Amino acid sequence: MTLTVATLALGLTLATPQAEAQPGHPAPEVGAEGAAGHAEPHTLPEVMMHHVANGAELELPGICGGKFQWTCKVDLHEITGRWVVHVGGLSIDLTPSKHLVMMWVAALLLTVLLLAVARGRSVVPRGLYNFFEMLVQFVRDIAVSNIGAADADRFVPYLACAFFFILFMNLLGLVPYMATATANVSVTVGLALFTFVITQFAAIKAQGVGGYLKHLTGGVPVSLAWLWPIMIPVEFLGLFTKPFALTVRLFANMVAGHFVIYSLLGLIFSISLLVAPVSVALALAIFMLELFVAFVQAYIFTMLSALFIGAGLVHHEHEHAEHGDASDASHVAGKAPGHG
Amino acid sequence: MNALSLGYLAAGLGAGLAVIGAGLGIGRLAASAMEGSARQPTAVGDIRTSMIIAAALIEGVTLFAIVVCLLLAISK
Repeated sequence: MTLTVATLALGLTLATPQAEAQPGHPAPEVGAEGAAGHAEPHTLPEVMMHHVANGAELELPGICGGKFQWTCKVDLHEITGRWVVHVGGLSIDLTPSKHLVMMWVAALLLTVLLLAVARGRSVVPRGLYNFFEMLVQFVRDIAVSNIGAADADRFVPYLACAFFFILFMNLLGLVPYMATATANVSVTVGLALFTFVITQFAAIKAQGVGGYLKHLTGGVPVSLAWLWPIMIPVEFLGLFTKPFALTVRLFANMVAGHFVIYSLLGLIFSISLLVAPVSVALALAIFMLELFVAFVQAYIFTMLSALFIGAGLVHHEHEHAEHGDASDASHVAGKAPGHG
Repeated sequence: MNALSLGYLAAGLGAGLAVIGAGLGIGRLAASAMEGSARQPTAVGDIRTSMIIAAALIEGVTLFAIVVCLLLAISK
């Protein structure tokens, strides 16, 4: 599974070329030294966008300018040079950016943790391995209840990857000095694309190319074939609404949480220093909510991916005319004992 | 009343309306979850799980609107 995690991380890093970071100038208030690219953000919207959006700098504590500072800017463009790929006539800028580095950190953390923990494999698991086995069992239960016990094990590696990767990226954003990679729409689009491709491939494999295309007509029979020019484009576009929803749900949840925390803390600067106790208490409450939302969003993404995969496979069962209670029986039998 | 200020106004109004929708929807959801739990205390765990999933999905729809408002608010 760790190999799949590494491949997923590699695939995502290659699939999400990060655009050039633009410092936002939303409000024409305090004149930030506008034209020069790396002006210090002054207004609250600028600070918020600087922290949430992607950029070419990491901020870590360290020694720079001669002495120890709590935030040293690490310019990624200087460290790595520019990674520009020329494909045909296009030049794609793949220089590592803040969110890309966060994705790498999450993938590395996951790989190292799972490799270290996998030694604990035994009939009676204990310790950290037990905890991870519980999580993987949880993902497998999601797969079994949405896809059916017969096909679930084929998709559990991908679903476990998606769950753990998204969970680690979400949680990494809550650590000081780190950023949320899933607060970048390119990252969530990449994740949703993986689900989309796997769903379509699973559907084609289960129904055959002919059956798959037949379902694109939306169940309109050949006798009404003149309706097909309307049905097929609509159904085709309908294929993309689900990954789009997956994308925006994850992205917006992550961005909104961070925005609320920054806004609450920004009130200290906008109003007065005296609101600090209330502001920090509220921000702490929202932080706890963010922690919860990180888990819930990873679970929702995984569950909906499993649901879409299962929905693509279900026609396969119709074709083979299996009686209804067969799938129910496998649904119950497939659940792990002690689940509750 | 130039286009930019109308855009900011729209962003604020849109965010408020979106929150009204989410509040009503999730409020109804929580109400029926409470009622179901009261009628059948043994099903509390399942009801809680379904409630959280449904709340996350409703919130997802709200956040579509919030994203549009953010796009309005940070445009030049």
